[in-house]
Amino acid sequence: MALYKNGAFVDDRWRALPEGEAAPVSGHAIFPFDWWREERGAFDGSNVPLGVRVEPGADLAEIAADIKRFSVIALVFPKFGDGRAFSLARLLRERYGYEGELRAVGEVLSDQIQLMQRCGFDAFEVTDAITEKALREGRIPGVAHFYQPSERKEVPVGSRPWTRAPG
Amino acid sequence: MPQIVSANRLTDGIVVFLAASDAWVEGIAGARIFDDKASLEAGMATAGRASAENIVVDVAPVEVAQTPRGPEPKHIRDRIRAAGPTVRTDHGKQAAGL
Amino acid sequence: MYRYDEFDAAFVADRVAQFSDQVRRRLAGELTEDQFRPHRLMNGVYLQLHAYMLRIAVPYGTLAPRQMRKLAFIAREFDKGYGHFTTRQNLQFNWPALKDVPAILGHLAEVEMHAIQTSGNCIRNVTADHFAGAAADEIEDPRPYAEILRQWSSIHPEFTFLPRKFKLALTGAPRDRAAIQTHDIGYHVTRNAKGETGFVVYAGGGQGRTPMVAHKIREFVPVEELVAYTQAIVRVYNLDGRRDNKYKARIKILVHEMGLEKFKAAVEAEFAAMKPDELKLPQAEVERIRAYFAPPKLPPKPARSEALEARKAADGKFASFVEHNVTAHKTAGHGVVTISLKAIGAIPGDATAEQMEAVADLAETYGHDEIRVSHEQNLVLPHVALDDLPTVYDALAKHGLATANIGLISDIICCPGLDYCALATARSIPVAQRISEHFGEGARAKEIGAMKIKISGCINACGHHHVGHIGILGLERKGVETYQVTLGGSGDETCSIGDITGPGFSEQDIVGAIDTIVDTYVANRRDVSEDFLTAYRRLGMAPFKKALYERDTGADI
Repeated sequence: MALYKNGAFVDDRWRALPEGEAAPVSGHAIFPFDWWREERGAFDGSNVPLGVRVEPGADLAEIAADIKRFSVIALVFPKFGDGRAFSLARLLRERYGYEGELRAVGEVLSDQIQLMQRCGFDAFEVTDAITEKALREGRIPGVAHFYQPSERKEVPVGSRPWTRAPG
Repeated sequence: MPQIVSANRLTDGIVVFLAASDAWVEGIAGARIFDDKASLEAGMATAGRASAENIVVDVAPVEVAQTPRGPEPKHIRDRIRAAGPTVRTDHGKQAAGL
Repeated sequence: MYRYDEFDAAFVADRVAQFSDQVRRRLAGELTEDQFRPHRLMNGVYLQLHAYMLRIAVPYGTLAPRQMRKLAFIAREFDKGYGHFTTRQNLQFNWPALKDVPAILGHLAEVEMHAIQTSGNCIRNVTADHFAGAAADEIEDPRPYAEILRQWSSIHPEFTFLPRKFKLALTGAPRDRAAIQTHDIGYHVTRNAKGETGFVVYAGGGQGRTPMVAHKIREFVPVEELVAYTQAIVRVYNLDGRRDNKYKARIKILVHEMGLEKFKAAVEAEFAAMKPDELKLPQAEVERIRAYFAPPKLPPKPARSEALEARKAADGKFASFVEHNVTAHKTAGHGVVTISLKAIGAIPGDATAEQMEAVADLAETYGHDEIRVSHEQNLVLPHVALDDLPTVYDALAKHGLATANIGLISDIICCPGLDYCALATARSIPVAQRISEHFGEGARAKEIGAMKIKISGCINACGHHHVGHIGILGLERKGVETYQVTLGGSGDETCSIGDITGPGFSEQDIVGAIDTIVDTYVANRRDVSEDFLTAYRRLGMAPFKKALYERDTGADI
């Protein structure tokens, strides 16, 4: 597994915390969603870096009050064809104003990365070897003309308010 | 019931059958017939390798009856696959005399 | 019609390059079939029974002659000289090689066409009334809105991996010719009390194995909110639609299981919470896009054409063509000509390259450069002067395109069925051909009057059988094709799902069964003005059931 962020593979300082395990005092643990809801009290007043892992189907409202507390939110793609995390990502960015790392985990393939970026993801846990190779070679398949506003820095083009070009 | 192994060729999608030589042929007459479970498993394994090597896709066994004209699929779907559209007999394998 | 600007052209070029690279990676073995399948589907490439199939988008069914010529060229160069117009107003080629698809897409891009999102679990080709911009009964041409929705939904980053496919349809006339209530979202153009344009929005319609008529979820969505409101619906669906069972994954099941009121509330809550303004459509931009769809400047003509009347008086076949295939136009002295792709005994929706070119010629010379594809699998010349009809008719006749049967019993919607389709359970085309030959286009067909027969070769219902006045569903029972019949379905503004008559019929008996149904209708109708659907709705199933299942039992003796 390799973490791709800001155009490069980087060391991952975060650890996925198993359900039921106490978080290290230094933080940098990504809580399972339900485990976080049980453990959150332990972190009142603490500002160690924390993360949460959100499975598709989760109700973001249940962690709404904590969202700014997280440095990493990992959204899961159990299969690449399960697109719920695209909507969750947009909601986190748009509605909950989340500005931390939004990490795609699960089945993350090169052809989905541009879509993920446009929905607000900025970090990708890559397990697929061909995807890793493509990213290392700087190849992210996609288009350079878009018909929707997105969560990425892009620039409006022409008179249509919905058209965008890469920023 | 005897079976043959069928697939579609990756590059053009054309229906092909696994022949005795382990090659893929377009005509059902050239299909290798598997009479028992063990030989069919071996045939499917060969086909699976061809699939993994991206030569064919959608590998599947097909039940056939042996006739003097060669193997004839039991199901209408497989008969149409082996011949071509019944409403356009000028196209498909039937048009090529396969 | 809409013309690409540099941005649109560059987008399609990007997409061709992207898909060409995906094909290259697949052929090189860098993508497995499982990984490649969603990409090829998102670009309209299926693996069918005999070969790949390529489905090309014809947005809201509008085609220019140069585009039709390009389709003819591709049919000859890369296929077997013909194509199939579908119930989503698209065109399918049955025999393209995967390795040729990038080249085909390159040719299509030259005429502002593509295959984007003609399959896959995404927002599909947007459909609209095939008479849009021409029909006398229209409130407003819905195509500018369809075009805006087409653009917004193209490679939508959030909505490319929905639970299942998602279909939008629009109509701008009180008479619904676009079957909007059988769509995931249907938009009916309307005007509010202040005279402002907007949409009545329907959601949750669909056919397939669980047919449902859409529910009205909003009486009025103003034009400026069209995209925003659509996003709210699709987002609710993307998050909450079922993904555990693909047969329960369409939005119709979500609406059904949530309950209409809860679903409406969820959409309204999402809509209210959206960032204001981002997706609002500025009026100036709507107007700019609308200008592309401005009707051609038709020269003023008297309502009555002497040339037409003279030919009608002299030629019964021509008179019949005018009666059945020509619809009232907004502009006096003009007509909307429907070209039947249902010649008696022909394959519904199929057209040869030569026929495509003949239609392109006519559109150029007599039709102000416009062609439409109808979801009923016919072609339309929307703007023809009545004076030109005799010439147009003669040219169509030369190419086997002048069958005078629009709306009659032989104007059958039919999916490709087991002759081509990998999902089919029975053949549908031969049944359509035999029904067409049985009833023909003569006196009996006219005596029967308005009749929509729709045939699907499997439960997925691409042939719209649920909304056929008579629907036929081909199934397999113990290795044998069998045909279930439904009565009383309708895809128009009075949308209803047909009722199953009872046990199915064999391939041999199906035509006889249809004959019995037709005879029962003719014997029981009030008079010739009561069409089949009206009569069925009055009579109910009983007389038909009796005629179908009790005739040879001696029950009456």
